[in-house]
Amino acid sequence: MKSEPEKSINTKKEDRKASIMQTALKLFSTEGFYTTTMPVISKKLGMSVGNLYNYFSSKDELAKELMLYISSMLGEKLREINMSDKSVREKMDMIVKMYFTIARERPELIEYFLRVFLSNREIFTKECTGMVCVSDFVTELMLFFDDGVQSGVLKDQDFFSALGLFMGYLGGMVFLNGEEVLPHPLSDYESAIAENIYNALRKQ
Amino acid sequence: MKSRPKLLWLQGVTCNGNTHSFLNYPHLSYILETFEFLYHPLLPATYTLEEIASCTQQCDILIFEGAYDPRMMRAGARMETLVQHYGSSATTIIAAGSCASFGGMFKQSDPEYITGLGFDREIAKGPFAKSPKLINLSGCPIHPEWLGYTLRMIADNKVILIDEMHRPKELYAYLAHHGCTRNEYFEWKVDADQFGTKEGCLFYKQGCRGPMTHASCNKILWNDVSSKTRTGSPCFGCTEPDFPRTNMFETKTNMSIPQDVPLGISKRSYLTLTGIAKSFRIPRLEKRLIDDNT
Repeated sequence: MKSEPEKSINTKKEDRKASIMQTALKLFSTEGFYTTTMPVISKKLGMSVGNLYNYFSSKDELAKELMLYISSMLGEKLREINMSDKSVREKMDMIVKMYFTIARERPELIEYFLRVFLSNREIFTKECTGMVCVSDFVTELMLFFDDGVQSGVLKDQDFFSALGLFMGYLGGMVFLNGEEVLPHPLSDYESAIAENIYNALRKQ
Repeated sequence: MKSRPKLLWLQGVTCNGNTHSFLNYPHLSYILETFEFLYHPLLPATYTLEEIASCTQQCDILIFEGAYDPRMMRAGARMETLVQHYGSSATTIIAAGSCASFGGMFKQSDPEYITGLGFDREIAKGPFAKSPKLINLSGCPIHPEWLGYTLRMIADNKVILIDEMHRPKELYAYLAHHGCTRNEYFEWKVDADQFGTKEGCLFYKQGCRGPMTHASCNKILWNDVSSKTRTGSPCFGCTEPDFPRTNMFETKTNMSIPQDVPLGISKRSYLTLTGIAKSFRIPRLEKRLIDDNT
């Protein structure tokens, strides 16, 4: 069993790690991955570069941890929806709403996924290949689709055809919103988008 | 000479597959020496079927092969009468094969009337439902070693532990997946492109039920040599109460996601592991094990 002072040191270290991740996330998603260097991050945090490396051994390691964090956070929210006693149609509404709410309240999470993870695949080739860093989120989407087909609501098709339609659409809307192209707030589109996705994926 | 236990092999609605399978038991001579066969459709026996049908004898072990249809006639006797008469004197009743255990293939011809001896699929039903004397040796056909094991345990007066489906735990606590030579392909999610090859896993496309089938086929090999999965053919789950299912050469998927996952593992856990394992390309597992060109 750990002693009290030891525990408090660990908690402190975890808190510091979380604050580094939050700062890095914002910088990566707004300034871009390559322009945001470790010295830039440490300067923003008011800590030395050497100390920063005590928490993350490289920038790639930090990038990977961020993706795991986002996937786990989105996965948890999707899991709550999956486990709720709602119909497939209602769950679709809830997923769209959840995704857009996060995009509005914590845009850096979605921006990071779209502008860093998907746009700079070379960073993630080693330890974040394929589904490794997004498996929490993708697994929940698989379970949602599986349930939809088993309950006779969604059409049976290749997983990636459905995934592309679903996430591509949501990601595209968040991107347009980020570019300030949309004439209305993102939330105004939730209902229509959920209906469009439902119509595209449902069993005819 | 000490009297030998009396064994009767009776047939219901059957293809004779279990009778023929048991002829491959390597220690058949031991069984023939240890038990007195009152009747067997192929092996030398004390009585004819007609004499057995008169219900004047009694047996210690009743082996029943095939699905049970009470209305069926055998040598002029109604099956219901035969089974009741011989089953009441027997100390052990063995359902040999999946039809006798759960209804199996032949249940399809008349699902309302035909059952196994003690189960109708997975529901307890039939002349020996819930009977402690009943041992199910499911499989299509029965594995000769499994029947051999059971008879030798009886001959040695040993206790046979059974599961909730009345199958001996020693034989059915395992899954067909255990001991499969393709396990590494399963771990890393590498498909078999076709039937009959040594490489690849048959679970993803070819309908293999190994990870959810109680059977020791890959532990106690058939003819001491092989098993279905070792030859590149999927396990059909023939020992389970839901056998036969449809489209047995295909894995049922929903949006590419397998409908059934390995026994006792949540789909969420399985998909998490699968997604990660599939992300890695392992060239060694993509190659033929034995390359004729090198």
